[in-house]
Amino acid sequence: MSPAARPDTRDEVSFGRVADGDERLPAPGAPRRPQSDTAGLAIATSGLAKRFRGQMAVAGIDLAVPRGSVYGFLGPNGSGKTTTIRMLLGLIQPTSGSQRLLGVAMPEGANTVLPSVGSLVEGPAFYPQLSGQANLARLDAADRVASPRTAQARIGHALNRVGLLTAAGKRYRAYSLGMKQRLAIAAGLLQPRELMILDEPTNGLDPQGTREVRALIREIAADGTTVFVSSHLLAEVEQICSHVGVMRAGELVFQGTLDEMRGRGTTRILVRTGEPALASQVLARLGLADVMVAGREVTAQLGEQAPETVCAELVHAGVPVAGLDTPRASLEDLFVELTGEGFDVNG
Amino acid sequence: MSTADIASQPQGGEAGRAASDRPGRRAGLASVGPWLRLLRSELGLVFLRRRNLALLAVLAAIPVILGIVLRVSSPQTGAGGGGPAFLGQVTGNGVFLAFLALVVELTLILPLAVAVVAGDSIAGEAGRGTLRYLLAVPAGRTRLLGIKFAAVVAFCLGACLLVAAVAVAVGAILFPVRPVTLLSGATIPLAAGLLRLLFVAGYIAAAMAALGAVGVAISTFTEHAIGAIAAVLVIAVASEVTDNVSQLAAVHPYLPTHWWLSFDALLRSPVAWPDLAHGLLSFGVYAVIFCSVGWARFTTADVTS
Repeated sequence: MSPAARPDTRDEVSFGRVADGDERLPAPGAPRRPQSDTAGLAIATSGLAKRFRGQMAVAGIDLAVPRGSVYGFLGPNGSGKTTTIRMLLGLIQPTSGSQRLLGVAMPEGANTVLPSVGSLVEGPAFYPQLSGQANLARLDAADRVASPRTAQARIGHALNRVGLLTAAGKRYRAYSLGMKQRLAIAAGLLQPRELMILDEPTNGLDPQGTREVRALIREIAADGTTVFVSSHLLAEVEQICSHVGVMRAGELVFQGTLDEMRGRGTTRILVRTGEPALASQVLARLGLADVMVAGREVTAQLGEQAPETVCAELVHAGVPVAGLDTPRASLEDLFVELTGEGFDVNG
Repeated sequence: MSTADIASQPQGGEAGRAASDRPGRRAGLASVGPWLRLLRSELGLVFLRRRNLALLAVLAAIPVILGIVLRVSSPQTGAGGGGPAFLGQVTGNGVFLAFLALVVELTLILPLAVAVVAGDSIAGEAGRGTLRYLLAVPAGRTRLLGIKFAAVVAFCLGACLLVAAVAVAVGAILFPVRPVTLLSGATIPLAAGLLRLLFVAGYIAAAMAALGAVGVAISTFTEHAIGAIAAVLVIAVASEVTDNVSQLAAVHPYLPTHWWLSFDALLRSPVAWPDLAHGLLSFGVYAVIFCSVGWARFTTADVTS
């Protein structure tokens, strides 16, 4: 079993956190769905792998993207995110493994399922000599199931949603990068979609453009569309996603809810006290590992203990507790821990 | 009866009638409509693109230049033996300017224009990145390739008809127009002569379409349009060179360019059908083979552009 598939029991330990209100999401710690039950999944892959000229780009991943979720697909550049997305959309053939989009096997069912899927793959690409509107008309003409009678209305609606209505007649060549990116998202909105696959939608955008795209993704998700968004920007994922998958060198090293991801880091307890020596003794007696004293602060790994129990024990033992905290590792720490690459900051 | 009922009734009735009256036609339209819509979009892209318009302008300019040059220098040339076929007839009958222009353009400019449009067909989309979006729509790979080839064929036909039409117009202005004396010596009425010209343009368009099929096939192998265009031209030039090496006569009938000039069969009375049939068969075989190659490649290729 891969580390990603291991059910996480740690969630019960943390306290003071309100349970996730979204009922469409599987309960944290719930038993993993059997592989065959993919009805509730917008994207389900099994051992999906791609080899390019002997090089493993994606090494057998099992994606499980629940319907209605906003799934952040994280990973450093070159970790196989775009290759995975291209396989999902039927642009490249997997070397092995199987995949289902909205319950339909890909790439065999491409013609049936892809009309319900909007996508942005590796940046916007349009005809520079055509206007934004004409570009969308071109893509709409390529769609077998799109009605030509409603095309104008749908194109106008899509442009309006991304705030490009005023620039509809302007040539794509003259668009700013942010406008190009928004036009690509508008292309995904030409039809009502059940799933949006967005590859680095905020890549190259200024902070304002990033905010606009983020707001747009929230809106799309609020309509009930499942959003699968790849990114290497953690802040972005943290703000909009309910679920995360983390890629590292072609492997899916973590998959779960954002809270599961946060809780994945070893939770520590931090006690501020005037009696650090006594506190460390109590913590050690309770069986907490890695007890460390630094001035008036004592920290230890919380393990299976509930923080309130630890607090009660400390008070019972006569330790004057000035403060107690269970600091969470930041998402960035967790990300680096998972993907492991880059410079060793502490070294 | 509520107003909602009244409002919905005509619609329901109409839909019901249409469905019962002509289910076959509806199903037929449903499958043909999306093809025509994409074809229209594709033709718009091909014929409104500035580069292609420039190519067409050059193609149309050549009969004008030829006509003016012949008009200005006509007293001197007359019965000169050299030069391309039909050169001598133009001053006597303006219609022959069309045949002359087609022969002249067939040597380089027409194949170049076709190579540009065909070589760009898939590779251009790939290089621009629009291919991945078209396929994700999904346009359907077979459908997209079919539409691309259809647009190339339309361009070939459009280019040949344009040259013929401009040449006839210029020929009519600069030279006398009279019943057409065929290569075999017989004279046919002007209208029949123009009909023959139409067939000649169609034959050359078929020759160009076969070259276009080669271009579309090559185009599926690369994302660099310029590479595909160059490859098509290299094939055309190599074929013409080979066709001129008499030691290689055994392979001549199989060369893609060998039958290009056989349209003169249409200017004989009776029409020299065997030559014509050979040519059309050759173009058909080239088109089928290279469309198949392109299809086999395009429907299985990984799109990483």
